[in-house]
Amino acid sequence: MLATARKGLIESLQDNVEVRGRSLWEDAWQRFLGNRAAIVSLFVLAFIALFVMVAPMLSSYAYDEPDWGAMHAPPSWESGHYFGTDALGRDLFVRAALGGRISLLVGILGTLVAVLIGTAYGAIAGFIGGRLDRLMMRWVEILDSMPFMFFVIVLVTIFGRNFLLIFVAIGAVSWTGMARVVRGQTLSLKNKEFIEATHIYGLPRLLIISRHIVPNVLGLVAVYATLLVPGMILFESFLSFLGLGVQEPMTSWGALLNEGAQTMEVAVWQLVVPAMLMVSTLFCFNFIGDGLRDALDPKDR
Amino acid sequence: MLSFILRRILEAIPTLLVLITISFFLIRFAPGSPFTSERKMPPEVLANIEAKYGFDKPLYQQYWSYLSGLARGDLGPSFVYKDYSVSELVGKAFPVSLKIGLTVFVVSVTLGILLGILAALYQNTWADYTIMSFSVAGIVIPTYVIAPLLVLFFAIHLKWLPAGGWNDGGWQYMLLPVAAMAKGFTGYIARIMRGSMIEVLNQDFIRTARAKGLPTRTIMLRHALRPAMLPLASVLGPAMVGIITGSVVIENIFGIPGMGQLFVNGALNRDYSMVLGLTVLVGALTIAFNAIVDIAYAYIDPKIRYS
Repeated sequence: MLATARKGLIESLQDNVEVRGRSLWEDAWQRFLGNRAAIVSLFVLAFIALFVMVAPMLSSYAYDEPDWGAMHAPPSWESGHYFGTDALGRDLFVRAALGGRISLLVGILGTLVAVLIGTAYGAIAGFIGGRLDRLMMRWVEILDSMPFMFFVIVLVTIFGRNFLLIFVAIGAVSWTGMARVVRGQTLSLKNKEFIEATHIYGLPRLLIISRHIVPNVLGLVAVYATLLVPGMILFESFLSFLGLGVQEPMTSWGALLNEGAQTMEVAVWQLVVPAMLMVSTLFCFNFIGDGLRDALDPKDR
Repeated sequence: MLSFILRRILEAIPTLLVLITISFFLIRFAPGSPFTSERKMPPEVLANIEAKYGFDKPLYQQYWSYLSGLARGDLGPSFVYKDYSVSELVGKAFPVSLKIGLTVFVVSVTLGILLGILAALYQNTWADYTIMSFSVAGIVIPTYVIAPLLVLFFAIHLKWLPAGGWNDGGWQYMLLPVAAMAKGFTGYIARIMRGSMIEVLNQDFIRTARAKGLPTRTIMLRHALRPAMLPLASVLGPAMVGIITGSVVIENIFGIPGMGQLFVNGALNRDYSMVLGLTVLVGALTIAFNAIVDIAYAYIDPKIRYS
């Protein structure tokens, strides 16, 4: 009697298991889809990215050619200056899109460099441990103690005004937070059974790190990276404020904001247009980052 | 506990030394010199100037004399403001930045913690969404957009407050810069506080406190506040240094004679001794605050002391 009951139970459990089979990533994805702010942000961001890519093709104006008949012109449909023009009569619709390309590019490029270095550094320090770990983390502490302005000054004197190189370099000094996060996660992974199994299996340490540690910290890295991108974009705008940003006639959201802040009393759209674009982008990245964190946080499972 | 404090202080010294060394050599090897100008100088004059600042000596001697100067609190002469030493200039600018910074710190920590607690208590209600939207807005809207808008509205339109200047730190002159600077930090602190408070509120000892029938206020103040503030402490140390050493953007917009101005002017004029001096000062402060935070942690949490 009991045996048959148990057998029935096992069978029904097996049936259920087949129905419910979902991976952790699918679970996380479902949770992410349930986060309204994050999903809306994703769509807004996609729209902004689309705008940045195709807007220059939709306008008959070039980003660097002044329209002499329309300096400081407010936005209007008839003239074709949908977002108005700047002090030199250049079309803001096109310039906002081009500036967006630069801002998003530096945001992503800088973050990518920081992610690559930070993940490798943190995983190695945490996994190897011991004296190497102490040495590596001391180095992180030294880098963290240096004021950011100092790096900016040194980098600008070394690279001149080469904009993309500066961001590769900025990425190369702002990986420390990422390294700390990855190291912490690695420390807690390193004593798990599946890592012990790889030791028994005889895998070399570098392979354990790249095949088994890194894939398991990727969720956290993704969260942190989405929050790094807005930081990079803000930093670009800070450089533009100091006059160290992209060179004319090329532009970025930061440069446009800086110009707009100077003329806001006479031509408020010159501030509003880039401000809206940049602030909504930063908002989106923040909400997506929060959504990812909530979705991937094992404590909520 | 005492041995932990000693060990932590001893650890900080080599860190600081490495930081000074790296900054010194990076600045020395940076291309361009403060004395190259459009007007070509006769080589003898240039040699004289370089001799005055000790640039004719071998690098290791310059390094050594810089270190021994540092030990006496001397950051060397400014290359650009003739007849002034870096220490004198910093001595004038630091109190200004410190005054603004401490005000910003007190305002944003108090406000940020309060807002964070409120958002955590009313998680996923309109109150939470409002507070968090404002916090994110405070973080992502650049200071140099907000600051001119504040000036436009309060100084030019309403004429309530001065548009800039310092005037020995009268409160009318402090209000706008402090507000512009505090919005980001407040948002930042509120977000961290909300996250850690939610985590604490989900723990068993809070459920126990609720089960005992304690009023919410007692639970928050007696049981939840202290553990929830722990993650904040590690962020506040470095943030504090960033705040009290001056904001480049704020000081520029409001014309405040603080450290941020010195940093930017030093950078633009290639006043390398100024840049180096500020870097060493900020670095030393950061290392010191990190040590203080660690010691505070060890005081609160005995597990750290013995690990």
